[in-house]
Amino acid sequence: MDILITGLLLGGTYALIAMGLNLQYGIARIMNLANGEILVAGGFAAFWMYTAGQTSPYLTIFVLAPVAFAVNWLIYVVMLRPLVKRAKSRGQLEVDAILSTFGLSFVGVGLMLAAFGGDYFNYSYLATPVTIFGDNFGLNRIASFIAAAILCAALYLWLNRSRAGMSIRAIAVSPESARLVGIDVARLSAFAFALGGAVTAVGGALLSAYLTLDASTGVIFTLKALIIVIMGGVGDVRGTIVAALLLGVIETLVASLIDPGLTLAAAYALFILILLFRPRGLFGRGAA
Amino acid sequence: MMSTTDIRTIAIAAVAIGVCALLPLVDQGYWLSIGVSIAMFTVLATSWALFSGPTHYISLATAAFFGIGTYVTGSFYESVSFWLLLPAAAIVGGLLAGIVGLATLRLSGVYFVIFTLGLAELVRQVITWAQNMTGHRGTYVLLDFGSRSVEEVIYWTLLGLAAIVYLAGWLIGRSRLGFALRIIGDDEEVARHSGINTARAKVLLFMVPGAVAAATGAALAPRYVYIEPALAFTPLLSFQVVIMALLGGAGRLWGPLVGVIPFTLLWEVISATFPNQTTLLLGAAFLVIVYVLPRGFVGLLERARARAGGGA
Repeated sequence: MDILITGLLLGGTYALIAMGLNLQYGIARIMNLANGEILVAGGFAAFWMYTAGQTSPYLTIFVLAPVAFAVNWLIYVVMLRPLVKRAKSRGQLEVDAILSTFGLSFVGVGLMLAAFGGDYFNYSYLATPVTIFGDNFGLNRIASFIAAAILCAALYLWLNRSRAGMSIRAIAVSPESARLVGIDVARLSAFAFALGGAVTAVGGALLSAYLTLDASTGVIFTLKALIIVIMGGVGDVRGTIVAALLLGVIETLVASLIDPGLTLAAAYALFILILLFRPRGLFGRGAA
Repeated sequence: MMSTTDIRTIAIAAVAIGVCALLPLVDQGYWLSIGVSIAMFTVLATSWALFSGPTHYISLATAAFFGIGTYVTGSFYESVSFWLLLPAAAIVGGLLAGIVGLATLRLSGVYFVIFTLGLAELVRQVITWAQNMTGHRGTYVLLDFGSRSVEEVIYWTLLGLAAIVYLAGWLIGRSRLGFALRIIGDDEEVARHSGINTARAKVLLFMVPGAVAAATGAALAPRYVYIEPALAFTPLLSFQVVIMALLGGAGRLWGPLVGVIPFTLLWEVISATFPNQTTLLLGAAFLVIVYVLPRGFVGLLERARARAGGGA
């Protein structure tokens, strides 16, 4: 029970991060491998606001989100749009995007190392225990989970109910046809990429309330988010949430029953099974 | 059939490798260690480009195979001859690459990149865990080659590997497999329609860099003296190899070499003077490749030659 709840609490924040990546990959068609660095930067911002100004991370996110949105929008317009324009095929864009976001990711790590040093950073906020079904859980974990759940629900509703959300889902299905029915694909792609970055940065701030981060952990989170997105299906919000919760539980299970050093190995075992048996994602149909 | 140009190319390559083999006679210190690095990255980057050049799949698995190779030497050097361990490591690496390829190469390139990105970390976690279970920490590799220094022997071994890689690359380029791969790289759909078993061709070719990287790791193990997972599976290695190969140009057999030499020297200088800025250098190198040199130095040279030819 203890493991299940801890896993679900972790999975809730994973869902938010994976949703950010899914917006970037599913709609803007950019496999953003610098995603984890955006997350760590969000965590840094929360850490800095808390230690310098005693600001709660749950308030920081309201400032962080617009800033991260602007930064990611700039990254897309300045660096990635030229690649989209010059790409002759989807495959070429994929390779270019992978290489350039790797570049961004390393530059990000380098800059954060230069600015903050290589130390681990964490802070203690809302570390009071709460009892659920007889076991104790940190209030910060629960607060982060609730914040992530609210944001996920808001994104889900927005994507499914609003006109802009519908246009964005249309792009995810087929960019060419979306253009034909009068959707401004270029503008909305930039918007989706920026929104994805903002969501990821907020996820990082929420994680930092109870996890220890350092400048070079970004890549681990990128990997987990990628595995979740593939497991849930590209562009599939519902699948992403289920996959994220599943990963959170399995990781916690392996960490507490076998060895905490094997969390990525557990994520990978899951990934291999998905690749072999459901390459289109948990709820996907047909072959990849 | 071998034409006269083929024979001339092989002769030039043989002479070039022969000249490189003389380096330990000139210097045993700094330059020999640079020579080992250059030879190592030449072997790794060239074998990487054999697969990734024609298929455009970006493999980040080099560190995983390399680390497994060092562990093959580290675990068995006391009972088995060093020279038998190299082919043994190659077989292990090739088999692992085959398994990874079977699981991922049927799917699109993105899945492959993600999978290989975490592969080194995955193997590292498993080995660390196994060591914790058995109570081992690291492994010492203490090899003695008589009158020759360890560094010298490693250098010559790597040159031998480089010769094998170039020969293999040249033979693959002339074979049916090489031809099939060029078609796959141009258009996989067309390749499939003309009866090429694309998955099989890709898996077979992916086994080459896997085997070569494992053999390279096995050859370099004595240099580290003490092997532990964090050192053997450093993910940086995979990225360095990708950058060097792409910087040179993955479309030509000799392309990666053109990237390896300047980047290794630059890396040595930067890591000696600004040890904390190497990640920044890697990032900048990736951006340069995408925005300035999409086809590497080779592309630059070929464009210059085409312009000179057009003007005449």
